[in-house]
Amino acid sequence: MHDFEYCRPGSVTEVLALLRDGIDAKLLAGGQSLLAAMKLGLMAPARLIDLGGIAALRECREQGGRLLLGAMQTHRELAASAALGAWVPGLATMAGHIADAQVRAMGTVGGSVANADPAACWPAGLLALDASFATDRRELAADDFFTGFFSTALEPDELLCGLRLRRPRRFAYLKIEQPASRFALVGVAVAQLDDGAVRVAVSGTAQGVQRLPAFEAALVRRFEPAALQGLRVDQDLMAGDLHAGPDYRAHLAAVLARRVVHQALEMAR
Amino acid sequence: MPRLTLTVNGQAQDLDLPANTLLLDLLREHLDLSGSHRGCDTAQCGACTVLLDGRAVKACNLLAQQANGAAVQTVEGLAPAGGWHPLQRALSRHHGLQCGFCTPGMLMRACAMAQESVPAEPGPVSAALTGNLCRCTGYEGIVSAVCEGLAEMREGADHA
Repeated sequence: MHDFEYCRPGSVTEVLALLRDGIDAKLLAGGQSLLAAMKLGLMAPARLIDLGGIAALRECREQGGRLLLGAMQTHRELAASAALGAWVPGLATMAGHIADAQVRAMGTVGGSVANADPAACWPAGLLALDASFATDRRELAADDFFTGFFSTALEPDELLCGLRLRRPRRFAYLKIEQPASRFALVGVAVAQLDDGAVRVAVSGTAQGVQRLPAFEAALVRRFEPAALQGLRVDQDLMAGDLHAGPDYRAHLAAVLARRVVHQALEMAR
Repeated sequence: MPRLTLTVNGQAQDLDLPANTLLLDLLREHLDLSGSHRGCDTAQCGACTVLLDGRAVKACNLLAQQANGAAVQTVEGLAPAGGWHPLQRALSRHHGLQCGFCTPGMLMRACAMAQESVPAEPGPVSAALTGNLCRCTGYEGIVSAVCEGLAEMREGADHA
């Protein structure tokens, strides 16, 4: 790995100053994707800003009818969080199945969504839940936050501080992993929100996490697996690589969508 | 070079290291603790697993700086002087290793399970071991050993 300047600021204000003085910087949230990319030479920032020392980014609390998740909460913390377990149990379950225990002990929700890996779990879960993304300067809707393949609406000098969640009626997430690497080939999240709206989000896509509008329309009418019978996922939406072609991923997405609705109904009982 | 203070196996360390030093390199190259193994170097195999404030992490995927102020435990710190840790005895009894390359990581991951309320049963133990790969044993012996070792650790903790 090339050398770089390492900074560990203690406040959001200090982070923003370090992002704005003209040096090519990357934020280190947990490092489980970033350090791997740096070791492979895929990224070579001149400065790493470690967010691990900022207590304000680790808070988890209810605020104005929404649950706030701090961007620097780890997958492990959120999987075990009583607050998240009560608010959206399926999301805590999802967090507990990301990668493996060692990665969950370091990786963070904010790092995952800012990286926007098309195979990642958090983007699908949070897009389905219509979460809000709170930064140092604004609040972005999930639909506006994810903008494509490893792409988000975050400005180069912008810091994601946390996520805000409404309490859904139902939520579940399922994925099928590539058995060796354990990266998800496809993941599908479904949420029935408090106003009856239904959102379905799929990962394993070519252009980053996507919604499936036809599936959502069918589930608004009838929230049960049978409502999705005959619906297909367009293979042009899906990624293809040596592990699975786009046609197979599209097939998996449709199968998972039916299963995840079943799961959401089971969990609500 | 950034300053780094931490404890490793209970011993305080105060070092000046380049910022790009991985925790694994700190352990192996600077402290001569070569029990944590570099297997895949891509955070897949878990042979480099150590405990960071009691949580199992992959030392090849962590900057040494991320452990600043923390307590790190490696396989060298597992056994009491002149003896064996219950997990080590159990691995030996169940032939839970062949080449032994993955063993330090397996031990440290299993050690963390004792604090994670992982039941000492094959299913939950296998699931909790997904971040550690073994290419010799087929896992049967490892899983049996971890179940037995976990039970013994908890029994020991009850009696302590």
